[in-house]
Amino acid sequence: MGWLSYSSDLGYLVAAALFIVGLKYLGSPRTAPRGNQLGAIGMLIAVVVTLLRMSGAEGGLIGLPLILIGLVVGGAIGAFMAKKVEMTGMPEMVGLFNGFGGGASALVALAEIVRARDAFGAGRAEGLGPTVFVLAIGASSLIGWVTLTGSLVAVLKLNGTMRKNIFLPGQNLLKAVLLLACIACTVGLIYTPGNLLLITALVLAAAMLGVLFVIPIGGADMPVVVSFLNSLSGCAASATGFVVGNNALIISGALVGAAGLILTGIMCKAMNRKFADVVFKAYGATGSTDTGEKRTVQGYEAEEAALAFDGARTVIIVPGYGMAVSQAQHVVRELADELERRGSEVRFAIHPVAGRMPGHMNVLLAEANVPYEQLFELDDINSSFSECDVALVVGANDTVNPAAHTDPDGPLGGMPVLDVEKARTVMIVKRSLSPGYAGVDNDLFYRPSTMMLFGDGKKKLTDLLGAVKEL
Amino acid sequence: MIELTAAALIASITVLFLSIFLGFELIAKVPPTLHTPLMSGANAISGITVVGALLAANAQLEGGNQTVAAILGVLALILAMINCVGGFMVTGRMLRMFKRKEN
Repeated sequence: MGWLSYSSDLGYLVAAALFIVGLKYLGSPRTAPRGNQLGAIGMLIAVVVTLLRMSGAEGGLIGLPLILIGLVVGGAIGAFMAKKVEMTGMPEMVGLFNGFGGGASALVALAEIVRARDAFGAGRAEGLGPTVFVLAIGASSLIGWVTLTGSLVAVLKLNGTMRKNIFLPGQNLLKAVLLLACIACTVGLIYTPGNLLLITALVLAAAMLGVLFVIPIGGADMPVVVSFLNSLSGCAASATGFVVGNNALIISGALVGAAGLILTGIMCKAMNRKFADVVFKAYGATGSTDTGEKRTVQGYEAEEAALAFDGARTVIIVPGYGMAVSQAQHVVRELADELERRGSEVRFAIHPVAGRMPGHMNVLLAEANVPYEQLFELDDINSSFSECDVALVVGANDTVNPAAHTDPDGPLGGMPVLDVEKARTVMIVKRSLSPGYAGVDNDLFYRPSTMMLFGDGKKKLTDLLGAVKEL
Repeated sequence: MIELTAAALIASITVLFLSIFLGFELIAKVPPTLHTPLMSGANAISGITVVGALLAANAQLEGGNQTVAAILGVLALILAMINCVGGFMVTGRMLRMFKRKEN
């Protein structure tokens, strides 16, 4: 067994190295496809090494039929889902995969402690190995089940099944109690590792914690939640590494955990919200801050609006979640092409939290064949709005709300926003005047330089495209 | 259950912390365009828990705790495989769409 153990450890090292280089390559558009392939190769190596190691160990691959079933069934389902999913369904898909990763780690921890019941008997976990084993199981269960149930709730919110953001009084207190319960169960398991009641309580408390964690959060805070769950799925894998004593899991899990945390930080910064506020003070649930003041605004027809593009030198298109909802990305691209053909310079301004996951708009526009050089980040394009003839806002609201500057103490105060108000003409395609996720009315809609086009994004833009072609 | 010496534990904790720092360094400067593929690719890598699932599923069904453990292990294996196979494939699909301007 000796040489097999050492050489399999080296195999895991190769897998981990491939993950590291793969993640590095994922950071640049040119190398990203290669990075993804390297990651997949690393995973294949890790699986093969594990099978070889088990076949050479005492007892051999006794569970081979079961293992083959698991590998084939899981692989087939994964491949099917990946092939079938529409690009507009990507946030749900990423959320679901996050959850499955966390769930897998939690199930491994559960399997290991159930298996160890025979060895522990009625005794306690004595010595370093068993103690670390139980502690790691506690961590892996807590993080893993939270990731699974939290992600499932997030998926229900992302696909619109769960529309309400539920924030009960005492919800934060209940979350604290559940967290403490998980810790107490873990400590209890050190003394009686075979205690089925404690094991069950740990699973249930963690699963409930995950649900309570995500149900109050919704809408524009979703990118924060999705990236945080991504981080947790890595942390769960890392904790499972301590359960089964495998450095490949510890390394890869930690890399993913760190990556997810960085994304979470970027998303929070883009909303000018503290992470703790997103989790504990979800404002999606507080409702809108209606001032009572009723203002009316006139909607424009596509033909009138199209005139604004006549002779426009620069056009900046600002997509938001509404573009994803109405699946308007293709007609947006057609409009952009038409405007370019007529001599306008067309750029896209992408707010970091536009949509429901990090990079959501970029994926949709890539699907519609918009080259990524045409997409600009907030910091790079914000100064260009003052020289821009038409800013076309498609289904975005909070990310272009001037209240971020004018009302520093309001819910949007201090959030970095796209300064579309500086454009000569602002054209906004939107279903209604309803406030965005933050519940703040948007002054932009009422300004004289603004043209509102009310209706479904895809339909309105198709009309607009037709009208522009007629010019 | 695993045999564990204090030295091995310290080594694993060292590896854990160095990996966290490495993760921060690797990801810190990724352009927003790649945020979704990065997240879904990283998520596929967290499917490494498939190794733990393989270990957990490797048992004969001879009743008692071992059988329950093996079944849980197979369930874990299925979820982990969905996560990594689906994750890498969907990331690849997304990345193939990212195009430069045609000259």
